Order: sequence, then C-alpha cells, then structure tokens
Amino acid sequence: MDNSTLRQRLEELTVNAVYPVNKQYTEIIIPAESYHEFCSLLKNSQDMLFDYLISLTAVDWKDHFMIVCHITSTIHRHTIIVKTQLSDYGDPVADTVSDIWRTAEFHEREVFDLFGIRFRHHPDMRRLFLEDDFGFPLRKDFTDESRMIVK
Amino acid sequence: MAFNIYDFTEFTRSIDTGLKNSMSSGWAMFVEYAIIGVIFLLVYAVLGLFLVYAERRVCAFIQNRLGPNRVGPGGILQTVADLIKLLMKELIPIRNADKLLFNIAPFIVIIASFMAIAAIPFAKGLHAIDFNIGVFYVIAVSSLGVVGILLAGWSSNSKYSLIGSMRSGAQIISYELSVGLSLLTIVVFSGTMQLSGIIESQANGWWIFKGHIPAAVAFLVFLIASTAETNRGPFDLAEAESELTAGFHTEYSGIRFAFFFLAEYMNMFIVASIAATVFLGGWMPLHFGTGNAFNHVMDYIPPLVWFAGKTAFVVLIMMWFKWTFPRLRIDQLLTLEWKYLLPVNLVNIVIVAFLVLMGWHF
Amino acid sequence: MQEEIVKNVILGEEDDYVINMGPQHPSTHGVLRFEVSLQGETIKKVIPYCGYIHRGIEKMCERDTYPQIIHLTDRMDYLSAHINNEAVCLCVEKALEIEIPERVSYIRTILDELNRIASHQLWWCAMGMDMGALTTFFYGLRDREKILDIFEESFGSRLLHSFNTPGGLMHDVHPGFQKRIKEFISYFRRKLPEYDQLLTDNVIFKERSVGIGVLSREDAIQYGVTGPSGRASSFSCDVRKIEPYGVYDRVNFNEILRTEGDTMARYKVRISEMEESMKILEQLVDNIPAGDFTAKMKAVIRLPAGEFFQRVETARGELGVYIVSDGNKTPYRIKFRSPNFSNLFIISKLAIGFKIADLVAISGSLDLVIPDIDR
Repeated sequence: MDNSTLRQRLEELTVNAVYPVNKQYTEIIIPAESYHEFCSLLKNSQDMLFDYLISLTAVDWKDHFMIVCHITSTIHRHTIIVKTQLSDYGDPVADTVSDIWRTAEFHEREVFDLFGIRFRHHPDMRRLFLEDDFGFPLRKDFTDESRMIVK
Repeated sequence: MAFNIYDFTEFTRSIDTGLKNSMSSGWAMFVEYAIIGVIFLLVYAVLGLFLVYAERRVCAFIQNRLGPNRVGPGGILQTVADLIKLLMKELIPIRNADKLLFNIAPFIVIIASFMAIAAIPFAKGLHAIDFNIGVFYVIAVSSLGVVGILLAGWSSNSKYSLIGSMRSGAQIISYELSVGLSLLTIVVFSGTMQLSGIIESQANGWWIFKGHIPAAVAFLVFLIASTAETNRGPFDLAEAESELTAGFHTEYSGIRFAFFFLAEYMNMFIVASIAATVFLGGWMPLHFGTGNAFNHVMDYIPPLVWFAGKTAFVVLIMMWFKWTFPRLRIDQLLTLEWKYLLPVNLVNIVIVAFLVLMGWHF
Repeated sequence: MQEEIVKNVILGEEDDYVINMGPQHPSTHGVLRFEVSLQGETIKKVIPYCGYIHRGIEKMCERDTYPQIIHLTDRMDYLSAHINNEAVCLCVEKALEIEIPERVSYIRTILDELNRIASHQLWWCAMGMDMGALTTFFYGLRDREKILDIFEESFGSRLLHSFNTPGGLMHDVHPGFQKRIKEFISYFRRKLPEYDQLLTDNVIFKERSVGIGVLSREDAIQYGVTGPSGRASSFSCDVRKIEPYGVYDRVNFNEILRTEGDTMARYKVRISEMEESMKILEQLVDNIPAGDFTAKMKAVIRLPAGEFFQRVETARGELGVYIVSDGNKTPYRIKFRSPNFSNLFIISKLAIGFKIADLVAISGSLDLVIPDIDR
C-alpha cells in the first residue's frame, strides 16, 4: 500500500493516534496503553502484514522518552514508523514487543542498557554492553568526567 | 676398518671386535650402548630440526610466500633459533595441577617415539634393534605415546586441555587398528615380521608393485591412518588452533612444549620411514626381477640415499595433506575409521591371504 | 528497580560443563565471548556476550558535526567502510534535499561493489582458516591486495576510507581509475574458479557444512537476519532491489537466493555475490559521466528539524541510519541499525545439538564483524 492508503487504513483502526509529518514513510504515535495491541494488529492483519522489524530505538526529549520502531512488510513492501511516548521521565516503563518480533528482544535490551527504559514481560531484561553500575549513557543528563569530552 | 657405503655390516662388526679386544665383554656392550644412544640422540635432534624447517618451507611454498630465509644461509638455522628461544622461556607451573603427571607427560611421549625410531633400518647394517617381531614391536611401542597425551590433558587442570586430550586419545586408539592391519598385509606377503627380512624380500621389487592392488590399497589406508595416528593433517582436531587454542598442550611452555612439538615431527618421520620400509622397500634400490642391467644401475645409488629419498617422499605427501584440506570433525574422524577403513582393511587381509595361497602375486 | 520485571535466568543449571570461547580466540573474528554448555561434544546452549568493544559511537556522534560523523562510521563494520560512509551521506543529502551529481553516484556505486568483493574475499579467507584449510587464508588475501591497491591509489587508505562526504566525494578519482578496475576484473575472473576448486568442491568441507546450522525463513524474518545469511534462507532482503540508491536501479544484477539455509548455502550465496558484483562493475566502469565530484554545500551543514531514515546494503546485511535533528549542526540522536547486531543472536538457536567444531563453522558462515555489534 502506498502512504495515503496506509494512512486511511490506520485511521480506521485507531483512535487517539497522532500522525506527524514525514516525507518518506507513514509515521504514527500511539499512546502507550494500546502500543502492544496495535503492534500485534500490524503484524497479523492480512492487508498490512508488517513482519520484519528493522530497528527499535528510543530518543530522549528531556521531559519524555519516545520509543521509535521502523517496521516493514516483506510481502506488501510498505514501511511504517510506530512511536510511543513514555511520559514518566524518572522511571520509564514500556510494553515489550519481543513476543511479536523476536529481534525486539535484543533491541530492547540495548535500549534498557543505554537509556534505562524497562520493558514489561521481557524474557531477559539484562544489560547488553555495559557493566551493571555504569549509568545510562545516552540520556541527555548523563555526565561522567572520566569518560566524556564535552566540547 | 672397512668403510663401505653400500654395506655397513663390516664397519659395525669391526668396531665391535675392536671394542671386545680392548676391554671385557660386559664393558664393550656398555660402551656400544652408550655410542648408539648418543648417536640416536643426535640423529633425533638434528632430524627434528630439519623436519621443522622443511615443513615451514613446504607450507610457505604452498601458500604462495617465502618461508624462513633470514637466519643462517637460506634460513636453515631458523629452528635452532626457535629452540634457543624455547629453552629460555619460563616454565609456568600450574596451580592445582597434578605435578608428577604434568611433568612426566612430555617425557612419556618422547620415550615412546625414541623406542620406535630404534627399530628403523636406515641402511644395510645400520639397524639398531632387529627383532624377529620388528613390525609388531614398532606398532606396540608407538602406541605408548597416547598415554603421554592423555596424561598431559588430564593433569593440566583445564577444560580445553581435557577436551583436546580426550579427542586425541579416542582418535589414536581407533586408528592404531588400521595401522596395524594394513602393515599386516605386507607381513602376510613376505612371511616374516622382521624388518630386515621384509626388506630382503623386496630385493626383486617393492611390495607396492609386487603386491599390486591389495598392497596399493593397504598403502593408502596406512597413509590415512598414520596421518591420524600422529595428529597431523586433516586429523589435527586435538590441537586445532582455531577451536581449542592448542588442545592438550595448551598449558605447557618452554622446553616441555618443545618436547611435544619435536615428538610430533619425529612421529611423522617414524611413520613415513615405516611406510617406506614396508611398502616401498626401505634401503633396497628399485629392482624389477633379478639380475639385469637396470638393477645394476640402480645399485650404484647408496642405500642410505634410497632410504632418505623414500622417507622424504612420504613426508612430503603428509605435509601436502595438511596444508590443503580442511579439518575433519571428531565424529566424522571416528566414523571414517570404524565404518570405512576397518572393513576395507579386514577384507583386504582376507584377499591377500588368498593371493598368497594361490601364488597370484609377483 | 528490577522487582516488577519478570526475569528469567538464562544461564544453565549448576552441573553443566561450561566452557568459554573468547573474548580472545582465534576464530571469533573480534572480541566476542561465547558461553557454551556442553554435553560431551554436543552443544546444549550457547550464549553470546558482546560489549567488549563498545565505544559509544552513537553518543560521540551527538557532539560531532555531520562531516565528522563519517569518520566514526568507518569504524563500525570496517570491512564495508565505504558503504557505511555512504549511508550517512545519503541520509544527510536526503534531509537537505540536494541533488548530487551523476558522477558521484556512479563512483560511489563502483566503490561500493569493490568494497563488497573485498569483504567477501576476507570472509572466504577466514572461513577456510576456521575449518582448518590454512592455505585459503593466503590465497584470498593475495587477491584482496589488488583491490586494496586500487583504494590506496585512489584515496590513500586501504581499509578505512572516509572518502564520502555529505554532498559528494572528498576529491576526484585519478585518471587511471577505470583501467585499474578493468585489470582487476579480468584478474579476479580467472581466480574465482580456484576458490571453488579449493574449498567448495572439497568432500571434507561439504561434510562439515551441508545441513549444519539450518536457518528457516520464518526465523530469518523474525530475528531480522539480513544480508547473504538471510538470502541463503530465501528471505529476499536486498536493499539494493527494494529501495534502490545510487545507480542500482540502472544496472542489471540478480539477487541470489537459496532455499536450504545451511552453512553451505550461506557460503554459496557469498561466492555468487562476488560474481554478481563483478557484473555490476563491468556495466558501470566504462560509463562514468563527466562532472563535478561534489555538490555545492555550505561550510557548516545544518539539517532541518525532523527525522530521517536511510537503508543501505552492506556486505553483511542491511544498515539503517536514523537521524533525529533539531536544527543544529550536530544530530540530536543518531541510531545505526547494524546488520551484525541482528545476525549475532541467531547463533543461540542455530548451534543447539551440533558439536563445537560446528559452532566455529556456523559463526564463520554468518560472517560477523564484532565492532559492528557493539558500536
């Protein structure tokens, strides 16, 4: 489906979703409560069939976090960007999508390692690269005099 | 003292009588043992050095590069330099390792290979131990080496070493069967286990030609099985660098590692010389039939040169194997032996026995 | 903090025989640790531990300007350095909506394909060496030197190029560039059958790779295994065909797909890809249009506020570059979706039930470059 048809289909399926402007792909921001359900809908409904998760990451916007997933379909060859906003800046928690796309298990571990965002129902919530007492380096308020050179 | 390059028996007998004339019989024996021991030590060491250098050069040639060519003229002294380096290394003691077993394991491996090299006929008359059960003796004694390998892996108190030595132990014990059985075919042909007797029986042609197909099959099986016996070539899983970081001799350093290393190369030499002796005629020149002009021409080349040439040929084949083929996995290795080589060997022996009864060999 | 999350301990039971492969190990191609639980020689469980070479590239990019980021991308998957550079350049050029000259696209694509061949040559070397055929290491490197000579003549460095810059190239290629590439193609065409004779048709090699580590298509899509490893399981994931960039939409080449999904299939896909890359090179090398080697760019590059995503096909799979910009001269957040990160974790599934020797073969056939996993 091309972007406009996809947009219409998504508007039928969801309420409370925001559609930011993006020239390349369709982008949708889903509220955190319906994030997991929406993702399984994307994977399982026959006309969309988003089965390949390209990347799952997070962005720190200083008062909230945004989880960003780029997903594509190997059958229909369309791409979508799904975002969800985590407003609790002190202790952000999101739903896991590793039961929908297995590769998310490791992307979410990396997000936990670098940002400190925990994922509910994740099969193995451990840090991936860094030691347990390192802190969360990709947060904007991370400072470490011994390791960072700030220009 | 008559020094005849074609027949050393006169030379050795004259030394023997000379010693017996100048001291009592017991002392003469003792001096003879000492002389032979020293000579063999020297031969062992020098041959080992040369073989390591040859392997590095052959390997480099196959891999499209030069080998060692700096130390000494053409790089000949490279192994001497390596040996000096190894001698100067620290012998790192392993905590929690079984000290007695850890220390004697390299010695067991070297002793086994020394005992085997004593029985090899280098030329007519240059034969240190000439038992009437020569072939049997060599097979029995070279299988003592596996004890050293198992001890080395066990006493190192390291998981890698243990896995490596268990693999190696299983491999060597399996392939001993094939080695023994393939040598047995020639024993059936020649009717004697004495190595000098086997060589004498090849005076009218080497067994690999006289015994035609079964001897050729036995030669191939012997080549494969002996490459596996010595942990070489495509069967070097026990010390595979890319998997277990040196296997059973991971924890050894300095001179102890040098022992394992040297023993591996000398085992290759021993196995190649047994192949040359039993299948290719040992020091016997290439004869076809008896008493013709071709044989006289072949007789001009000294037997020592024949022996060295044949052994070098087999050693070269074994080196070629190693640098061309990928490695077999342990279960494929054992499958090869038990399911393929052993049945082939057994059938071959039956065929050979039948041939000898019917007289259908040359 | 961990109490509410369900945490399954993945580590094995107490009486498992656990050995450690790595982080320093001759065959893990980088610093990677495998914790292998064995039963005899059979693998019960493999857990990869990465992070030994985590350098914080994404954090460093947040303080560097866009031309400076290019030099950091070299060091991720260093065997496809040029393609990594191109990914960031394309993303920046797409964000700024500038038109780059044709000549730049042609040269970038030619260097991409040369880089792909060089990377596959090094993979072949290492694969043979891991299996024990030590000679293949030297034969592959001997042929790779020809490509590295071309790189050195063109822009001075053999491995880490940094030749791309947002807007075009750093400087133009030298006049003998096309002749050198044609010489290389005719040389390598004669040598590629040697690779088949030495390794592909060898009985021992076939015994050790056919049927080992079978990856099904569903697993490949679920775990995001792209590149030749995914295509060997008939997962059609070649970004050069799906979202063409450069001049890939104007050349004729096949996407190599195989159905078996075992180690031998992954091996054969890469060998065939070398042949396809040479076909692409032949079509492009004579037709480089004349023109500028860079578009006109401002001295300081500021991306407009917004988010931009670009996918390219490196030698190992799909690299995704995601840039979040807030209008400054440094990105607000940059994320590299690296192919090796997704390819690594499939090993835990593929190696179960095989022997240790097969683990080495499987990780060799997946062709992992560890700095790309850790970034």
